[in-house]
Amino acid sequence: MKKIKKVIILGSGALKIGEAGEFDYSGSQAIKALKEEGVKTVLVNPNIATIQTSEFLADKVYFLPVNTHFVEEVIKKEKPEGILLSFGGQTALNCGIDLHKEGILKKYGVEVLGTPISAIILSEDRSKFAKHLKKIGEPIPASMTVKSVKEIKNIGKTIGFPVMVRAAYTLGGQKSGVAYDDKELNKIVSEALVFAPQVLIEKYLYHYKELEYEIVRDKDDNCVAVCNMENFDPMGVHTGESIVVAPSQTLTNAEHQMLRQSAINIVRSLGIVGECNVQFALNPKNQEYYVIELNARLSRSSALASKATGYPLAYVAAKLILGKNITQIQNQVTKITQSCFEPALDYIVVKIPRWDLNKFKGAIDKIDSSMKSVGEVMAIGRNFEETIQKATRMLESGASGVTGEKFAKLSEQELLERISDANTTRLFAITEAISRGIPIDMIYELSGVDKWFLFRLKNITETEKELRKNKKLNKDSLTRYKQTGLSDKRIGHLIDQNELFVRDLRKKYNIVPAILQIDTLAGEFPAQTNYLYTTYNASHYDVKPLGKEGVMVLGSGPYRIGSSVEFDWSCVNTALALNDHQKKSIIVNCNPETVSTDYDISQRLYFEELTFERIADIFDFEKSLGTVISVGGQTPNNLAESIDNYGIPILGTKAKDIDRAEDRNKFSGLLDELRVKQPEWDSFSDLKSALKFANKVGYPVLVRPSYVLSGNAMSVSYNDNDLRDLLNKCSDINKTHPVTISKFISDAKEIEFDGVAENGEIKVFAISEHIENAGVHSGDASIIYPAVTMYLHTEKQIIDVSVKMVKALNITGPFNVQFLAKENNIFVIELNIRASRTFPFISKATGINFIKTAVDSFFGVSKKSEIEYPNQVLVKVPQFSFSRLKGADPVLRVEMASTGEVACFGEDAEDAYLKAVFSTGVKIDKKAVLLSLGGATNKERFLESVWRLKNLGFKIYATKGTYLYLKENGFKPKLVYKVHEDKKPSVVDIIESKKISMVINLSEKRIDSVKNYKDYITDGYLIRRATVDNNIPLFTDLGSAKFFVRALEKYNSGNVTTKAWSEYVKMK
Amino acid sequence: MNGKLIFKDKTEFFGSSFGFDSSAAGEIVFTTGMMGYPESLTDPSYKGQILVMTYPLVGNYGVCDKKYWESGKIQVSGLIVSDYIDTPSHFGSQMTLAEWLKKEKIPALVIKDTRKITQKIRDEGNSLVKMVLNQDIDFVDPNKINLVAEVSTSKIIEEGKGKKKILLIDCGVKENIKRELLKRNLSLTIVPWNFDIFKNKMEFDGMVISSGPGDPKMAEKTVDTVKKAMGLKKPILGICLGNQILALAAGGDTYKLKLGHRGQNQPCKLVGGQRCFMTTQNHGFAIGKIPKGFKPWFVNANDETNEGIIHEKLPFMSVQFHPEASPGTRDTEWLFDFFVKNL
Repeated sequence: MKKIKKVIILGSGALKIGEAGEFDYSGSQAIKALKEEGVKTVLVNPNIATIQTSEFLADKVYFLPVNTHFVEEVIKKEKPEGILLSFGGQTALNCGIDLHKEGILKKYGVEVLGTPISAIILSEDRSKFAKHLKKIGEPIPASMTVKSVKEIKNIGKTIGFPVMVRAAYTLGGQKSGVAYDDKELNKIVSEALVFAPQVLIEKYLYHYKELEYEIVRDKDDNCVAVCNMENFDPMGVHTGESIVVAPSQTLTNAEHQMLRQSAINIVRSLGIVGECNVQFALNPKNQEYYVIELNARLSRSSALASKATGYPLAYVAAKLILGKNITQIQNQVTKITQSCFEPALDYIVVKIPRWDLNKFKGAIDKIDSSMKSVGEVMAIGRNFEETIQKATRMLESGASGVTGEKFAKLSEQELLERISDANTTRLFAITEAISRGIPIDMIYELSGVDKWFLFRLKNITETEKELRKNKKLNKDSLTRYKQTGLSDKRIGHLIDQNELFVRDLRKKYNIVPAILQIDTLAGEFPAQTNYLYTTYNASHYDVKPLGKEGVMVLGSGPYRIGSSVEFDWSCVNTALALNDHQKKSIIVNCNPETVSTDYDISQRLYFEELTFERIADIFDFEKSLGTVISVGGQTPNNLAESIDNYGIPILGTKAKDIDRAEDRNKFSGLLDELRVKQPEWDSFSDLKSALKFANKVGYPVLVRPSYVLSGNAMSVSYNDNDLRDLLNKCSDINKTHPVTISKFISDAKEIEFDGVAENGEIKVFAISEHIENAGVHSGDASIIYPAVTMYLHTEKQIIDVSVKMVKALNITGPFNVQFLAKENNIFVIELNIRASRTFPFISKATGINFIKTAVDSFFGVSKKSEIEYPNQVLVKVPQFSFSRLKGADPVLRVEMASTGEVACFGEDAEDAYLKAVFSTGVKIDKKAVLLSLGGATNKERFLESVWRLKNLGFKIYATKGTYLYLKENGFKPKLVYKVHEDKKPSVVDIIESKKISMVINLSEKRIDSVKNYKDYITDGYLIRRATVDNNIPLFTDLGSAKFFVRALEKYNSGNVTTKAWSEYVKMK
Repeated sequence: MNGKLIFKDKTEFFGSSFGFDSSAAGEIVFTTGMMGYPESLTDPSYKGQILVMTYPLVGNYGVCDKKYWESGKIQVSGLIVSDYIDTPSHFGSQMTLAEWLKKEKIPALVIKDTRKITQKIRDEGNSLVKMVLNQDIDFVDPNKINLVAEVSTSKIIEEGKGKKKILLIDCGVKENIKRELLKRNLSLTIVPWNFDIFKNKMEFDGMVISSGPGDPKMAEKTVDTVKKAMGLKKPILGICLGNQILALAAGGDTYKLKLGHRGQNQPCKLVGGQRCFMTTQNHGFAIGKIPKGFKPWFVNANDETNEGIIHEKLPFMSVQFHPEASPGTRDTEWLFDFFVKNL
């Protein structure tokens, strides 16, 4: 094998449902491994918030779309010898297949390293793969592949209902589903064929167990099954949507070996070099099994398996891809054994997905074979009870364990329905049913969840029952409750005491969690690992406390809408920067998709809950110098008060000052004191005074609870009815904090001020602006750095105000202020004393690592940096995943809905914006657009853009009102009918016929005020939904639609630049 | 009932009983295998030992039918787990693990911190322990007992109808060694460890020396038999204890490992190639001096200790690991084919 010197590696782009942080993790590990081998790496990934796009990893980074056009440009420029396709998810794999099919790789002599491209293509083609499996004698469910709806006629006879429909070439099982009759089958197949050229229809394996194997193979045919995992949810629920345990719990040795052998046979038959995931269905009544799925690349499951076992799959895979033999790679955890082994666990791991379906109006709470979850948590413990209870708390969805009162009011009938149909809260419904005494057999029949799990859950409900009855805590009983995974808070709740009472008693009895290592070998060899977890099912410490040398860094927990990889970037950079101050970083986090939880990022990693109880436990043991709570987003920030009260030192801004910024009343008082303007507001706990206020300041008004993350329950009300409705919802969410209502300022510009201060003095800052007007959540907005359209005077005011606020709050560390600007007046919307979502964006744009400065500020040695006005522009745009969320209305609102972001540099804002939009998967391959512009203002304001589109040669389709308006203004649009008009061609026909390449749909009124979404099927909704269902770019905001058209015009649809990051910015 | 695990150095661990309520003594060992407790418990190699499972949840799938066991009964003297699961879920389960242990009069304790126990064993070597439940008892050193004699068959057993005849010396054979051989259309003559095959003029095409418990040097008579058998130049396969016996018979030597190998994830490299296999192991002794005429066949990829030897010219071979697996991977099943080809 010739020595490879330079490779190109493809990232996965923005975080989206089905393709999330796990690929930052895999990619980062791969780059590290390649660097160790002296191979130069060129990374193409437009995801600016990732760690893999840091200056200390890849040798060159291109923030460009991962598609054949841009990758070819990069290849042309960089001349790599090889390409790595298996670290950037389905996006990278698909792009690689396209590069191969279009002959681009051959043209430039770029070799696909690792698994041969032919094997990748084979594994991605459903029917060829099925044939291949048959040939090598591996069982697959009866199936057939269809390319049109016509072919599905006889399926009831040939395969027999129910059947599972799967689309080829899609992420995370998009557009898959179970059909029980011809009608359902017809619907699913026709939907799927929109996205994929072919679909597979197969026997639906009702209530079979689902299992996964992670296999690595080297060029010498050595195979290792690194991890096996068992799904709690039976077949029918996508593995990314399932609760998953590792290792498997209900498999005998014979069953395990049978599936392991099968997985290895398949991997060998395909000639995989690197990593591969194989999924199986196993009949729970005998040993019959079927191969269900294979991913010839690193996957969500492989990231989970890595974290579950301590085996760095991506690192090892990268080395194998370079041609190493697996016995030549040292075990990175033990440092004394090597990588050719199968980890032995002496603990159990539970993963639970995190869903945010309630963030999407109209989304249906049903989980199935396509992914909807936006993140996940992983818990580690030494029995199932302890572990799953930890996992539920890690979700940060309000649960303090698997039990609770959430479903206490449901009738038995309602409860059973929630059990038979998989949904996001089924686990809790099951536990409620068990505690009501519904027989385990019945729950099994309904859910298909193996009785083994149900009995474990029963153990929890029985334990709680006992506690509820006795209400007495002695050393033995309290130990047992902790071993069953009950939190102090939950125990307190059951005996009418508070959390601290239980904690004190517990410490009095010396009931504290053991701290154990994940050492990959179950203690067989002594290991140097820093990877730790806590458990009550052991009673010793594997490590010694770091004492004052250590600094705890609290991570961000599960990825969710509003808190994602950007906070992981901040955590990782904090951990690294602490070393500059001769401190040892102790990361606490529970998200297996993250880089912060990788084995070599911190000096100590606690894969643990981000709850007060656990943070305090760790602090009690470690006796650290302090803790950093300002880099993990809102989750650690919310703990400021409790950890401060407990006496844990917080590095940076004091807890009481954080509270002065977080508590709206206090903050507002401060702003008044400083004579800083803010939108008129007040807080209310009763409806009457709220209505009075709203009428006084005038609608629309913005309603939100006190502690806000990603606009949780934030909404705009346009009239009394809206407000009445919303208030009920808000008070329900947060009882301890009142609801605030503020005047909603329309047509204002929104501006982000990111900075780092030390003792109230700003050391570095950067200002960026939104393309969309205020009213679109900042996480959903497109953001430009520098703020190219802002008045100089506005900028000056913003700086002055920020200086005053920072001084008043005596900020040390990171902060972010959001401003509204209207006609050169500025208003402060909010100030967060923590690193914001835009920190990686701003750091990469300016070349100054804001987090590093923040860490310096903690130690009183931050330097002042002046940032020169740059020659280039960086634009960040959101990535939405609406197409995955059946029923959800794809429209921008004050509540955040995007799942990720991308950003591209450019010579100007248009250059950058166009590339960024392309990076979200947008393709403008046909010059035709559908316009549906609601309201006179939107029509007027967009008119100029219609001229531009016309000049670009776009054919224009328009709905009636827009059509008439455009005709009046000298255009010749084509009329399409709205659905309610019931005439042909309808908007949906046009969209489905794929004659257009984008849809611009502007609504007059923002969508927030709609009360009952189920009944709300408007024409606008149908247009938007049809657009995303057909994978066509959709613009619903005037600002971004206009900007996009302008960019298209300026760069004639694609003559954009392709420069590396280092050609724009040098990191200081 | 509560109970204690007491080490010779007086270290005590407290636990609660879920097996038969009686005390037991023996040598303590652990296994890191995450599945396969019925197979391990019935493996005669564990005779006289108290077994700690490092995987914390044990009992999950109950106890399968006897025909899948590795011998007719539970061989360990006692069992230690972190968490016993009394609600198994598996279609093949015949009874719970607790019921089985009680039936076979084997004590078992739940001691939460099995990791601590494992680390102690790892750092200090296998130690004598006792599980004290109802009454205190003395320590028992199984290494001073001829364990092979206890687990070996007392009579000659014939199995299979194949043409080629294998003489299987039972030092504590696992059922799966027999199954693997029978699968390959052989007929087996299973003889006791100390059976004099020459006096009895046994006819055979090949010899297999089984795995088994304890120190190979205790099985002196087997070593003698093998020594003589080598003169016949017929194929010989040694497994685990059989490996050590072959080494001793051929003039090699064995020694005690600093860290024993106990699990289903031991990587073994085929010497002179690029291949590495995942193997099941349970041993504290290894071949030190390679006997004359033999060469190393396998080595452990972690600590480079010897894992098997093969004769340079003659069809004599043996491995320290368990190609018959059960529990564990079937990665080295091919060794049986390799052996059979030599017949």
